[in-house]
Amino acid sequence: MSYILKGETGDWEVVIGLEVHAQVISKAKLFSGASADFGAGPNEHVSFIDAGMPGMLPVINERCVEQAVRTGLGLKAQINKRSVFARKNYFYADLPQGYQISQYDQPIVGEGTLVLDLADGSTRAIGIERLHLEQDAGKSIHDMHGTKSFIDLNRAGVALMEIVSKPDLRSPEEVGAYLKKMRSILRYLGTCDGNMEEGSMRCDANVSVRPVGATELRTRCEIKNVNSVRFVMQAVEYEARRHVDVYESGGKIDQETRLYDSNKGETRTMRSKEMAHDYRYFPDPDLQPLEFDDAFVESIRKTLPELPDDKKARFISAYGLSAYDADVLVSERENGEFFEVVAKGRDAKQAANWVNTNLFAVLNKKGLSIAESPVSAANLGRLLDLIADNTISGRQAKELFEAMVETGKDADVLVSELGLKQMTDTSAIEAAVDQVLAANTEKVEQFRAGKEQVLGWFVGQVMKATQGKANPATCSDLLRKKLAS
Amino acid sequence: MTELTSFTIAQARDRLLRKEFSALELTEAHLASMERNKDFNAFITTTPELARERAKASDERIAAGKAGALEGIPLGIKDLFCTEGVMTTAASHILDAFTPRYESTVSQKLRDAGSVMLGKMNLDEFAMGSSNITSYYGPVKNPWKAKGGSNADLVPGGSSGGSSAAVSGHLVMGATGTDTGGSIRQPAAFTGIVGVKPTYGRCSRWGVVAFASSLDQAGPMTRTVRDAAIMLKVMCGHDAKDSTSSQMAVPDFEAVLGQGVKGLRIGIPKEYRPDGLNAEVDALWNKGIGWLQDAGATIVDISLPHTKYALPTYYIVAPAEASSNLARYDGVRFGLRQDGKSLDDMYAKTRAAGFGAEVKRRILIGTYVLSAGYYDAYYLKAQKVRALIAKDFTDAFKKCDAILTPTAPTAAFAIGEKMDDPVAMYLNDVFTVPASLAGIPGASVPAGLTAEGLPLGLQVLTKSWDEETMFRVCQTLEESAQFPTLGAL
Repeated sequence: MSYILKGETGDWEVVIGLEVHAQVISKAKLFSGASADFGAGPNEHVSFIDAGMPGMLPVINERCVEQAVRTGLGLKAQINKRSVFARKNYFYADLPQGYQISQYDQPIVGEGTLVLDLADGSTRAIGIERLHLEQDAGKSIHDMHGTKSFIDLNRAGVALMEIVSKPDLRSPEEVGAYLKKMRSILRYLGTCDGNMEEGSMRCDANVSVRPVGATELRTRCEIKNVNSVRFVMQAVEYEARRHVDVYESGGKIDQETRLYDSNKGETRTMRSKEMAHDYRYFPDPDLQPLEFDDAFVESIRKTLPELPDDKKARFISAYGLSAYDADVLVSERENGEFFEVVAKGRDAKQAANWVNTNLFAVLNKKGLSIAESPVSAANLGRLLDLIADNTISGRQAKELFEAMVETGKDADVLVSELGLKQMTDTSAIEAAVDQVLAANTEKVEQFRAGKEQVLGWFVGQVMKATQGKANPATCSDLLRKKLAS
Repeated sequence: MTELTSFTIAQARDRLLRKEFSALELTEAHLASMERNKDFNAFITTTPELARERAKASDERIAAGKAGALEGIPLGIKDLFCTEGVMTTAASHILDAFTPRYESTVSQKLRDAGSVMLGKMNLDEFAMGSSNITSYYGPVKNPWKAKGGSNADLVPGGSSGGSSAAVSGHLVMGATGTDTGGSIRQPAAFTGIVGVKPTYGRCSRWGVVAFASSLDQAGPMTRTVRDAAIMLKVMCGHDAKDSTSSQMAVPDFEAVLGQGVKGLRIGIPKEYRPDGLNAEVDALWNKGIGWLQDAGATIVDISLPHTKYALPTYYIVAPAEASSNLARYDGVRFGLRQDGKSLDDMYAKTRAAGFGAEVKRRILIGTYVLSAGYYDAYYLKAQKVRALIAKDFTDAFKKCDAILTPTAPTAAFAIGEKMDDPVAMYLNDVFTVPASLAGIPGASVPAGLTAEGLPLGLQVLTKSWDEETMFRVCQTLEESAQFPTLGAL
């Protein structure tokens, strides 16, 4: 399902590369001991280092290094045991040192891969170019005073991972899938909470177009700091169309940095190429090259969780789930864990079905996470047991589930409280069958004349007569017997 | 009381412990000397009340038998070291009224050892200069004057010119300096005192206003080699707050004094004797070689082939780092701010008003050499040459234990000379810069006088972490030279 932009002169494809800025989960900042927590009052989490005071020096936070390596391993990427921090020089009021400590030509993580799970169930591998560690800047607030700007340095110095993809993405849909998958992997690893709304994951998109079949890359534009998956997809769609329109009207695209206006649904120039910064990168002389050994990497590798791709493959092979069901279940680590408790020793497809449809419908409606689910995995499993041993019927199960959601009580307790036990007394069901057959002689004749489908109708009637407590299979058996006689 | 200012640190230390005089008396004597010699302009900020307070505390510790290694010793702190609650300017207008809420690691160690800070010493703006004429707070005068002829005021060298003048003139017993390309050694030579730049990484740079991070090193400036050894031991040691600070153990430098140089091989680099070398400097160097030979050392001819590239290399690396290090002086958070119509306008106005000409020149050079399209030709190439210069020394130290050279190509010159020719000024550092680029330790010892009666220094270099050998050689030179140190003024 390739994404093609139709134009007057022919068909165009879009080429997209993404830079994801992921805030590292760590207690302290990348080079200072100040807290990296979100939500404190302005300038409450600022050390002398973060404020760029004279004579202050950075010292690397090892926890952030671990997190970067962990993320690199999660992206199946090359880990560089020697990397170098470099200064990226530019002036801005919320950049206290006058430079950002980043990594330039020697990043901590090299090439890796991220697998997209697309809506049609197919997958596609996207190349990761690199991952490097860098400091975040502070925040400038321009709307609190007529002529002054206010600066909050709480974020200044917080560790970010910049994860750069290769220009492998070809549609807004793939962009969305990439960001969702990246978020999922980062959350599995516990290296970033992936929250785009709070800004702990941000994205820049590099977009260009070319005629279908062309292999060379055309001039790209960078769309900065888009703060939701949906907006990135919209921005890419808009930008690709803009490029096609410019080319087709004989114009040319200038390499520039653009902003996406989500209100107007369009991108516009932020900084032209002429105004682009010369960052004058050079190795930071305040820091030694970052070096570690294989043992360090292996100690981190040992603690890696099973990641979404592996888990998906296992769910498909071990439980026989569809790719779609598996995708839904592995998108969040907690979902998969919940499912596996429910599925243990039970019909896994049925378990997946209950989690993916019934449970998620309830959670979505109530705006709850799976950790906050009113129905525990053990209890949902118990419900499946009650279906399996014919204690309750499928219809009763739905009723029971609703009661479990509302009350939070155990399945077994609710079954007796609500009198939901399925009739296992054959004579009682037989009586009901006799009653139904006696009251509907016309239908009995139809059945005997060969209209087999009437049987289903009879089963329904018996179920109705027994308030749904009869086992449908038992009903069916008894009906067949009586009708045959 | 004047005579109290004539003691060396070692002498005063012992006499304080014997309670021959109090730390407060010692401090008062130096405060009086500072008052008498205000004309040197050696201090940017004086802290007499703080000094008296600390001296009294020293006397209490001495009485309690808890004296530190520098208990009660009056020192000057170069105004590049941040000092808690005391204005720190780097001799720049742009740090107007900046008063840190923290104390640099080195000055903290000196405080913890019981020393008494008398004030903050003048320097070249941001330590950029070789004559202390770029200070926003005005030039410093060298206590030495040429015999006969003019009575011109001479420069004290730089950038640690306030420190060198004050130590030489007995305003303080010792002072901290910082050395990026010679800023301790050259002023020491110009004022007839001892200046030591230890191995890069010996002293923490935390809290020292940065000039060129890969070169900056703190060190002591004193009137004797022993005093430098005492002071350096207190100043150095690993600091977790500085990633370039070394974990190497700190030896007792004073303990090696008296061991002499017998059996040591002293390298004499031919590249340090260019055509046109000042004849008096040349002669003193030969004298120094003779003294070491007489003391039992073996003289070895060595070559440091990349020496001629050291100065150009230094003037790429140091400004490059400086251009980035000085970006933080932007008027946003501290120091000078000149309001502007926009953020960029505020930056431009603030930095135009706040930085002096030499600082601006180096920021421009540094920005240029790091710019896209020039980086490889300048900065990257300079880094490669720097590695070759370091290798020169590594190779040389296979053949010798220490290297002897002149410290500076001339004696002190008059304030006003060489002022309009930056390159002539840069040449002052031609003998000191190579060791800075290599990170090895170097010291200047006062070794003789010119015909005009002005001090000349000899420089001793050793391999990294071997300050002990350096001190042994320095002390032998000191003993042989019998340098006529200035008396208390």
